[in-house]
Amino acid sequence: MSEPILIARDIVAGYAPDLPIVHGVSADIAPGEVVTIIGPNGAGKSTFVKALVGLLPISGGRVTLGGRDITGRPAHALVADGIAFVPQTANIFASLTIHENLVVGGHTVRGDLRSRLERSYAMFPELAAKRNQRARVLSGGQRQMLAIGRALMTNPSVVVLDEPTAGLAPKVVGEVFVELRRLATSGVAVLMVEQNARAALAISDRGCVLAEGRNRAGGRAADLLADTVLAEAFLGGRKAH
Amino acid sequence: MLAQSLADGILTGAIIALGAIGVSFGLQILKFANFAHSELLTWGAYLALVFVAFAGPGTPTAELSFGWQMMAAMLLAALLTGGLAWLVDLLIFRRLRRMGSHPMSLVFAAFGAALVMRHVVVLIWGHGTHFYTRELQIAIEVLPGVRMLPDQIFILGLAIVIVVALHLYLTYSRTGMAMRAMAESPSLARACGIEVENVIRWTWILSGGLAAMAGVFLGLTPQLHPEMGFSLLLALFAASILGGTGSLAGAVIGGLLVGLAENLSVFLIGSGYKTAMPFLVLLLVLFFRPQGLFGEKS
Repeated sequence: MSEPILIARDIVAGYAPDLPIVHGVSADIAPGEVVTIIGPNGAGKSTFVKALVGLLPISGGRVTLGGRDITGRPAHALVADGIAFVPQTANIFASLTIHENLVVGGHTVRGDLRSRLERSYAMFPELAAKRNQRARVLSGGQRQMLAIGRALMTNPSVVVLDEPTAGLAPKVVGEVFVELRRLATSGVAVLMVEQNARAALAISDRGCVLAEGRNRAGGRAADLLADTVLAEAFLGGRKAH
Repeated sequence: MLAQSLADGILTGAIIALGAIGVSFGLQILKFANFAHSELLTWGAYLALVFVAFAGPGTPTAELSFGWQMMAAMLLAALLTGGLAWLVDLLIFRRLRRMGSHPMSLVFAAFGAALVMRHVVVLIWGHGTHFYTRELQIAIEVLPGVRMLPDQIFILGLAIVIVVALHLYLTYSRTGMAMRAMAESPSLARACGIEVENVIRWTWILSGGLAAMAGVFLGLTPQLHPEMGFSLLLALFAASILGGTGSLAGAVIGGLLVGLAENLSVFLIGSGYKTAMPFLVLLLVLFFRPQGLFGEKS
């Protein structure tokens, strides 16, 4: 396993500075890896990743990207640094065309976007066929593909996704996971928050369990899946698809 | 008679449309109702007057009542008013945004800004009316029964050019796309690496520039006075809301419809009620189609 590219240490964050939801969470991810953050509702998973990508203020701890301290940098600067984020809901611009969504995704890229656009279309041929239609015509799965394609326009080294399979049909959930695995194989670090814990861990290298805003467990995804105590507490209820 | 009223309505509508685009930008991108927008029309008109006072309106070119100096004045006024709009944002609205103020606070601040801006105009240029030029013009019969002044034809043509240029800019330029992206979702725009404050600055500059053009057009047909913008405020909002705040086309068509409603109302009710038409249009829209003609139900 290569050296971690993104390292978050003891992150304290929340919507208001005096009301932290995340109380000192640590995580790291290396190029080519898929790391999934799981945990019950209200564990601070979304808050943690939103803080990592600069959409929420970090009031404690340190984040480094490739050894450089990026704590507290604004979201738009982090995009230019190589961290892409796919939010959970409303992760595409429905009123813009598919083509325009991708162009906006490459907003921080200076110069010609043509080769990057072609790469996205090659990756998701379904999008290419509808490139001049408004994104609101897309199905749930296609929307997710567009959101991922949009995030890749900056050639990010780290892609952070907040529940990429939320609200998707079971068959499409699998397709999204396959796509994310493929992305990691190309050398990108993929960090995601997931409710479909078993299915997500099944394609992940490592997992990270949060509860009440703190690290509860972590390690190889296969070990987490095999841990009966953990499964009872955090993976129960939800069956794998 | 009807054809003449249609032509007059389209001219008024074109001017209202240019102003209404800025109001729509305010509602969509800046996320508040900017009641100070009408004052940018006034300021644009008076800033052009400053240039005209120095350079003169120029020798009448072709059939127009002015020369290139007036056109240069328009351009300069557009730039300066864009700068003024940005300055007002820096002094007032940006501070409120940073404090995380409720959108209503911005609306009230806009009322205050409008008062100050209007009275500074009175302070500098006085209560009276001003003219860019005192050249007399003879109306041309453009179509059977439709007479327009050459200046009016020029205004209509330039308004169309501006709207088309703006449409192309919003559709194809990356900044234009960023503006539309911001209008739909500021948080997703940030996640895409768009610097929100940059887009807001551009939005103000564009709105101010368009308002200045509308103001100069108002001043050309035929005069300037300190309440020239303010008296259009309701028409601007009616146009913007009628079109549905979701698109540029909405504001333009909304503007034309309000202009036509004002000018055609004389056939139904007395001309004394002409200025009440925007109110009526606004009420009807809010009753029957609150999302506007081109807006989407949220």
